Amino acid sequence: MLALADFLIVGAILFCLSVAGIFINRKNIIVLLMCVELMLLAVNLNFVAFSHFNQDISGQVFVFFILTVAAAESAIGLAILVVLFRNRSSINVEDISAMRG
Amino acid sequence: MNDLTLIMPEASLLTLACAVLLVDAFVGRTRPEATFWAAVLSCVIVLAQVASFVPEKTLFAFSGTLRVDVLGVVLKTFVVALVLLSFFYAREHFSKRPAERRGEYYPLALFATLGMMILVSASSLLTVYLGLELLSLSLYSLVAIQRDSLPASEAAMKYFILGALASGLLLYGMSMLYGVAGTLDLPELLVKIGNLESQRVLLTFGLVFLVVGIGFKLGVVPFHMWVPDVYQGASTPVTQFIGTAPKVAAFGMAMRLLVDGLEGLAENWQQMLIILSVLSMGLGNLLAIAQRNFKRMLAYSTIAHMGFLLLGLISASSNGYAASMFYVTLYALMSMGAFGSIILLSSSQGDADQLTDLAGLARRSPWFAFILLILMFSMAGVPPFGGFWAKWSVLKEVVAADYVWLAGAAVLFSLIGAFYYLRVVKIMYFDAPEPGAAQVRSSADMGLVLSANGLAVLVLGLVPNLLMQVCLAAAIPYAP
Repeated sequence: MLALADFLIVGAILFCLSVAGIFINRKNIIVLLMCVELMLLAVNLNFVAFSHFNQDISGQVFVFFILTVAAAESAIGLAILVVLFRNRSSINVEDISAMRG
Repeated sequence: MNDLTLIMPEASLLTLACAVLLVDAFVGRTRPEATFWAAVLSCVIVLAQVASFVPEKTLFAFSGTLRVDVLGVVLKTFVVALVLLSFFYAREHFSKRPAERRGEYYPLALFATLGMMILVSASSLLTVYLGLELLSLSLYSLVAIQRDSLPASEAAMKYFILGALASGLLLYGMSMLYGVAGTLDLPELLVKIGNLESQRVLLTFGLVFLVVGIGFKLGVVPFHMWVPDVYQGASTPVTQFIGTAPKVAAFGMAMRLLVDGLEGLAENWQQMLIILSVLSMGLGNLLAIAQRNFKRMLAYSTIAHMGFLLLGLISASSNGYAASMFYVTLYALMSMGAFGSIILLSSSQGDADQLTDLAGLARRSPWFAFILLILMFSMAGVPPFGGFWAKWSVLKEVVAADYVWLAGAAVLFSLIGAFYYLRVVKIMYFDAPEPGAAQVRSSADMGLVLSANGLAVLVLGLVPNLLMQVCLAAAIPYAP
């Protein structure tokens, strides 16, 4: 039988991977968007695990809201990506450098 | 009271924002002004609804996920009033640049306002998150609204990535708190934390992530990376919008999470906020000196001001909260005016966002130079302007909470900050105008709005009690 700690460790690993992905990735903005999604899913895992082990349903309700908002968020993220690509003709992270200081 | 009666302002704002979208879709092309007036009308209706009902005690709606209390009502009034004011500036900008006019600006701004209203009246972690996301998603799209501009789309991308990262961190913190306390309800969390001394480490772990999320929304060091780029890259009315009402909402979010929910962990978050506050005041003021772009300079000045705002929260007393609220409201008014001046000076060709564009403004337009002088002196904290009382009230509370060294550091940093505000005044009054600098042209109502904005800062400096009494009344429930 899996314990609460197992779920939390998996959640934490996924979360750390996604944060590392955002900071280490220097190639592609789409990978950044994927990392953001992964981060939200890691949080969802946490919520579901806590909800199950605390015998409290509200955590699972929260997960539904997070999933919905994540869909809206990636829609807007991709829209911004399209706008950026039309102006810059590149989705390389290192090219985003019009403003400095 | 009925749930629906309690969220009447939010419900009508939602309906009205959709109506404004329809007005824009059907009438916007032929009569662009119609969208503006519809948006103004919506704000006025919502403002009247919000201000007409001040509850005597805290009321809860929808199974305790939303609350209506004096703090919420006052913050909502400020937010809607600031949004209303910013619409007049946006209108002037769009009438100077018809090519940049986007009817979606007003509905998006109204949806962001709805997010802010939900955020400041949230009483559950879930509603905090939903309000925050509604606000943030609208702001990302607002930054990208100028879709053929490269700086704007880059700024939008940076804002989006860092904003999504911050909401992820915030959510992770929320999941930890939920796991330990077993509830999403903030008042219940407050009670449960008192009985959970043994779980202090896990609670603090969750709290760290929460503070990161709040820090990002306020834009304090080290979560400030988005602020300068977004302020510089977005078109001026959007920058102005982001720099005013959402700051008030972010303060409301900090109050809801840290005070309404986690006051039991006050000694932990005080320490974290002290670090954020000192870093922001220091780095914000120092980096602002190096800027040549007025919008970017104001961005760093925002970072420094948000550090100051945290001082009131750090004192963790009802008077401190009132002082912070006073600070953020006045700051929003001042930055509204400062960005308003950029809109006023910009021509149909380009933004007047370089400091050199201000050269000799006193000769070109003595009255508006005077208004900007009021705003700059006020931001620097020179008496008798409003900004002085804002700084004075938070410093007083920090000293009362026995953080004398912190108050000393804050004064030192604001002295450094005075340099670049006064440099703006020097450029306006003593530098010769650039050859070919145009006369300042503006419509009559724009001049009126900007003058009223500047004079309001002066009046609030002469009679600070007008606003301070309201803030103190809102913070009464937090008195021990």
